[in-house]
Amino acid sequence: MNILKKTTLIGGILALSLGFAATAQDTLTIATETGTQEIMLKVKPPAWSPLPELISGLVFRSKETQSLQADDFGNPGMVFVEQAWESWNTTDGSAGKSCADCHGEPAKMAGVRAVMPKFNKDKGEMWTLEMYINNCRTDRMGADAWKWNSGSMVSMTGLISLQSRGMPMNVAIDGDAAPYWEQGKEMYYSSTGQLELSCANCHEDNYDNYIRADHLSQGQINGFPAYRLKNAKLNSIHNRFKGCIRDTRAETYKEGSPEFIALEVYVASRGNGLSVEGPSVRN
Amino acid sequence: MKPFLLVMVPVSMFAFATVVAAADVIPGEVMYQDGAVAASLSGAAGDADAGKKVMTTRSLGNCVACHQVDALSSAAFHGNVGPTLNGAASRWTEAQLRGIVADSKKTFEGSMMPSFYKKSGYIRPGNAYTGKASAEADLSTLLTAQQIEDVVAFLKTLKE
Repeated sequence: MNILKKTTLIGGILALSLGFAATAQDTLTIATETGTQEIMLKVKPPAWSPLPELISGLVFRSKETQSLQADDFGNPGMVFVEQAWESWNTTDGSAGKSCADCHGEPAKMAGVRAVMPKFNKDKGEMWTLEMYINNCRTDRMGADAWKWNSGSMVSMTGLISLQSRGMPMNVAIDGDAAPYWEQGKEMYYSSTGQLELSCANCHEDNYDNYIRADHLSQGQINGFPAYRLKNAKLNSIHNRFKGCIRDTRAETYKEGSPEFIALEVYVASRGNGLSVEGPSVRN
Repeated sequence: MKPFLLVMVPVSMFAFATVVAAADVIPGEVMYQDGAVAASLSGAAGDADAGKKVMTTRSLGNCVACHQVDALSSAAFHGNVGPTLNGAASRWTEAQLRGIVADSKKTFEGSMMPSFYKKSGYIRPGNAYTGKASAEADLSTLLTAQQIEDVVAFLKTLKE
């Protein structure tokens, strides 16, 4: 190898590593089955946001956790997505239908997760992804509704979220959604429990600070369902809300409760612009 | 792998306190003057060593969850949500320290620091960390009167 080539090679490596260092914080390149996919980890907030910058929860996790999410073969959440893929194609209920019979490939769900929760005009109420899934099961398939936090349900939200991965979260907050958003906002800033903590205390005023060893994030939910190393499974948004409220020594709300649906509308909208990440990996 | 990054917020950030001793000031009847409390809440003196334990134990006060304290460096991972307590006794009197530990909101309006000697005025109070409801009458203070005195005794040693 001559000197010129060597210099070019070293320069190339240098540029590559410098380039990576400069951009690694803002995006994550995920190795997928077919190639790579980029997701945004830091974006500009909507005009109304109190945050100067929207930051994915992944940024607050360790390099090791980040690398798990950077490779679909290493992402433990994908095991559950595969299970949901099987159930997508499996006939269930009195109508003898599977998800695939009406919807075809899961890829047809692209864009769905990015706008959830979404006001259901026919029913006249705000619906989350879980509610749309269960409506298919009970009304179209004649099958039993899945429990909000059941493995089947959370895995199916994982499969559907994956179809939107990389798309910006874009939850509507005006029109029919406005009253839900207002209710959720009020909850976000209310102190609950004997510790009298609000969502905002930790996730708006103190993100990037530590409570003991816990590195506080912005509490964004664009990465849900999230595979947590803590319990080795995919976790639903409402289940995570429950855990946070429990930790304020408060009486929690139930998964699927009107309160949590409203809170989901508000918290999801605080991440408008961040990429759909599900299934993400967290601690 | 840095092991602490895998640890979530401890479920028991702050503990139950237990029994109210006969000589204790009743939580609702603590006399605050500009946030400060002049008299011992238990009627007895505090024990600084016991206070040290309250401050570093997850199931007790766990003060280091939010405050960095050099003198407590034997306990791992101090948080930084609250200010450092180094030199606290040079900035605050004993009465002020007692008032801040008992109910910091009386000194710092809007503080996110929990009130450790209070039993009422909560929204949706729960039965400790179960997520289930608790009647306000069934709540205990987060720390006992004596535990607060012990913490104050330790804080008084933090001079600059």
